[in-house]
Amino acid sequence: MTYIAKPKFHHPGLKKNELGYTHRDYEGKISTLCAGCGHDSITASIIEACYELSIEPHRVAKISGIGCSSKTPDYFLGNSHGFNSVHGRMPSVLTGANLANRDLIYLGVSGDGDSASIGFGQFAHSIRRGVNMTYIVENNGVYGLTKGQFSATADRGSKSKKGVTNTDNAIDLVAIALQLGATFVARSFSGDKTQLVPLIAAAIRHKGASFIDVISPCIAFNNHAGSTKSFDYVREHNDAVNRLDVLVGRDPIAVDYAPGTVQLVEQHDGSRIALRKIDADYDPHDRLGAQTFLAKHAAKGQIVTGLLYVDPDAEDLHAHLDTVETPLNTLEADTLCPGSAVLDKINASLR
Amino acid sequence: MSDKKPISSVNDFVVRFANVNGSGSASANEMFARAILRHGVPVSPRNIFPSNIQGLPTWYEVRVTEDGHLGARGGVDMMVAMNPQTWDKDVAGIEPGGYLFYDSTKPMPSTRFRDDITVIGVPLTAITNSTYTDPRQRQLFKNIIYLGSLSALLDMDPKLIEQLIGEQYKGKEKLLSSNVHALHLGRDWALQNLKCPIGLRVKKSDKVGDRIFIEGNSAAALGAVYGGATVCAWYPITPSSSVAEAFTAHCKKYRHDPETGKAKYAIVQGEDELASIGIVIGASWNGARAFTATSGPGISLMTEFIGLSYFAEIPAVIMNIQRAGPSTGMPTRTQQCDIIACAYASHGDTKHVLLFPEDPAEAFEFAAAAFDLAERLQTTIFLMLDLDIGMNHRLCRPLKWDDARQYDRGKVMTAEMLEEGRDFGRYLDVDGDGIPYRTYPGTHPTRGSYFTRGTSRDRYARYSEEGSVYADNMQRLVRKFETAQDLVPRPLQANAERPTKYGVIYFGSTSPAMDEAIGLLEARGHQLDRLRIRAFPFHSSVASFLAEHDFVYVVEQNRDSQLRQLIVNENGIDPVRLVPIVHYDGTPITARFIAKAIGDHQDHLKVTPLRKAVS
Repeated sequence: MTYIAKPKFHHPGLKKNELGYTHRDYEGKISTLCAGCGHDSITASIIEACYELSIEPHRVAKISGIGCSSKTPDYFLGNSHGFNSVHGRMPSVLTGANLANRDLIYLGVSGDGDSASIGFGQFAHSIRRGVNMTYIVENNGVYGLTKGQFSATADRGSKSKKGVTNTDNAIDLVAIALQLGATFVARSFSGDKTQLVPLIAAAIRHKGASFIDVISPCIAFNNHAGSTKSFDYVREHNDAVNRLDVLVGRDPIAVDYAPGTVQLVEQHDGSRIALRKIDADYDPHDRLGAQTFLAKHAAKGQIVTGLLYVDPDAEDLHAHLDTVETPLNTLEADTLCPGSAVLDKINASLR
Repeated sequence: MSDKKPISSVNDFVVRFANVNGSGSASANEMFARAILRHGVPVSPRNIFPSNIQGLPTWYEVRVTEDGHLGARGGVDMMVAMNPQTWDKDVAGIEPGGYLFYDSTKPMPSTRFRDDITVIGVPLTAITNSTYTDPRQRQLFKNIIYLGSLSALLDMDPKLIEQLIGEQYKGKEKLLSSNVHALHLGRDWALQNLKCPIGLRVKKSDKVGDRIFIEGNSAAALGAVYGGATVCAWYPITPSSSVAEAFTAHCKKYRHDPETGKAKYAIVQGEDELASIGIVIGASWNGARAFTATSGPGISLMTEFIGLSYFAEIPAVIMNIQRAGPSTGMPTRTQQCDIIACAYASHGDTKHVLLFPEDPAEAFEFAAAAFDLAERLQTTIFLMLDLDIGMNHRLCRPLKWDDARQYDRGKVMTAEMLEEGRDFGRYLDVDGDGIPYRTYPGTHPTRGSYFTRGTSRDRYARYSEEGSVYADNMQRLVRKFETAQDLVPRPLQANAERPTKYGVIYFGSTSPAMDEAIGLLEARGHQLDRLRIRAFPFHSSVASFLAEHDFVYVVEQNRDSQLRQLIVNENGIDPVRLVPIVHYDGTPITARFIAKAIGDHQDHLKVTPLRKAVS
């Protein structure tokens, strides 16, 4: 469908954000995914989140691996640089890009095959390092582009469209991300934009490794009875612990919350997350508690969604490496090259 | 004892130290080599070590060479046999008339010696044990004690060694004086109990000049610092790890902001080679100068990304410190065996730029140049070192840097250029050299962004699977590779005194052995023109050289004469005219080997052809 040019006109009354951009300025090319694909809803949520945060589109670098999900960066933020890299290797490419210029926003888009199978190692190590990024996995439990093979996030006992039962244990990327020290961990559902949009916005504002696992049903190969990643199944088993609003700037909280139902989290950059509790006992600052909660609910077949863990004072890889504030890609010979006088001294020490 | 006249030689001999890995001998042995340099006499040392940390045999060979022959020579004139495990082999390896130096604390049966060598026993353990009580001190000082004894036997100036000790332990007075004491323990024992000097002697000379003594890996890492590399991602693998370690050390010294103390570089030890090259490509895509250092198995792992770098046109610098393959091969042995693997790395039609430095000085220059080339050509540049250059100290000309030099950041379209309304097509060949413009992410709010893919796209980076669009792009990449020919370091030619129809092509670490071999061949009456190739793609002068000679020997350190294959393939010439001279047992190639192989072939050529003989 790429041959269909997307019309540029839009309603003159379209709302504008603080920067004067409309929604349309955050869109990309027309999606070539199947009609009804969960991934397109995630694309729409990313557009919504970036619009609401009033991000300058060109200051975002969108990086992906290979697969249906990895195609999606072409469908949002058309004025951003995108990189559809190598299967399973988005995390390393993103890490390198981030090291080169710490001033951009890094959005990593991946799938369950891309991150839990071929790229499991890169997923793990980018999280471990605390790369400042928003890492979104569009998780449908299946290989879509190659027509319906199980991926590593497919639940044991779930059935493929052809009726084959999966006998391998599933990898829960959220559990792994928690264990590896991700400082922002969330799960959501592509069919629940009201939960997903603020999660993406909060993740973008988080300074550190943010990971969001978005269950995103594959309409073509994994939306049947017996699948645990179908629209129906996820709706029935979705156990949201909280919903949130992201508050940027110094605006007072506009929404009235009933006392005791909201937890305010101030992030490093001054933005605040208002967490509307659904499960009153759930504490998103307790990593161990989150891990236990997740395991208990998974055993019951429930899909826990919401902001599961956040460390508002997280550090990122640049802090660990103590790099200069100036982006490394702007440094030139005058600051990088020690010069001939130093070289003469080095030569003298080697005689 | 000897029935063969002891070798007598001043400033021209080979000493080999046989040690146990992990016994602390390396620094004493290196000090021996440096001490000879301080006499103004060139040396060429080589580590011969196993893939092991402690316990296995290791050797350190020092070729003392007033004539400045820095290649391996072959043969051993004096063996310092400190390892009982390898005693028999070590003793057997000494040249007739040579010398055996050993620890005579425990008596050895005469059957363990040879009649045609001079045996020199020094009771090292006895001297050490009577002086030191701490076991670690005993082990370390034993090495300095044998260094002291050797200084007496080889007529070396002890003051020069003391000076080196002084420099090494500057500010650590206690260590300094105890090392000097150990040195004299060994030296005095030898002077009092042995006939000093022996036939091998070091005599002060002035042949070192202003040359420096440095390992290729360290020089390449320094080249990366000078060349403006800001991102380094790597995964440990012998023999390349010391590149990243040296880069780290150099950066700590020279790359911290004087005011804030913050780092003007980022070094990440990746989880594997895939991540390392991925980080390099991500950083380069985003406009930083980035590199990785690896060896053969790492290259194998990186090939998918190398293809991406070629096709998506992203700069990358890969330093390949070659070791013997295939598979794990011989991790601690040298070869030039990744030529084909790197030249054509990855699936699909790919070709990559290779640089072949001959020594640390060129490793420094080419490393710095690699970043300019990578950004100019927007592709992967391989710096092809090997273990012989990388992990051995080599005497070479001092490193030079022109302070007026600016980095060539290649064709980058800036926000101003976009604002002026310049037409930006990421894969558009505007200058006819096959090189398009690129933009860095984040440059302009509405212009210059594009979607980078490893799949096909048109000149404006729009996705396309049209055959003609794909072919157009592949043809442009060929043009770009042709452009590279004139940007990479050119081959260096040296002609024989008399015109000859024979030539020899060589590259990289073969250089010093080749230079020496030319002398040996001339002495046998063989005249050869030489061409040292310094890069791929080959400059047109390679084709001219081939056309000007009937036979050209191609000397290289691999089994399948890979450079020869590349020359035949890329120049479309008759392979019969290219004679392979290959050395691939994991040891560095020697002048003796080259001279014999070429000499024999030359002699064979002079034999009257059979048809003529019978007619």
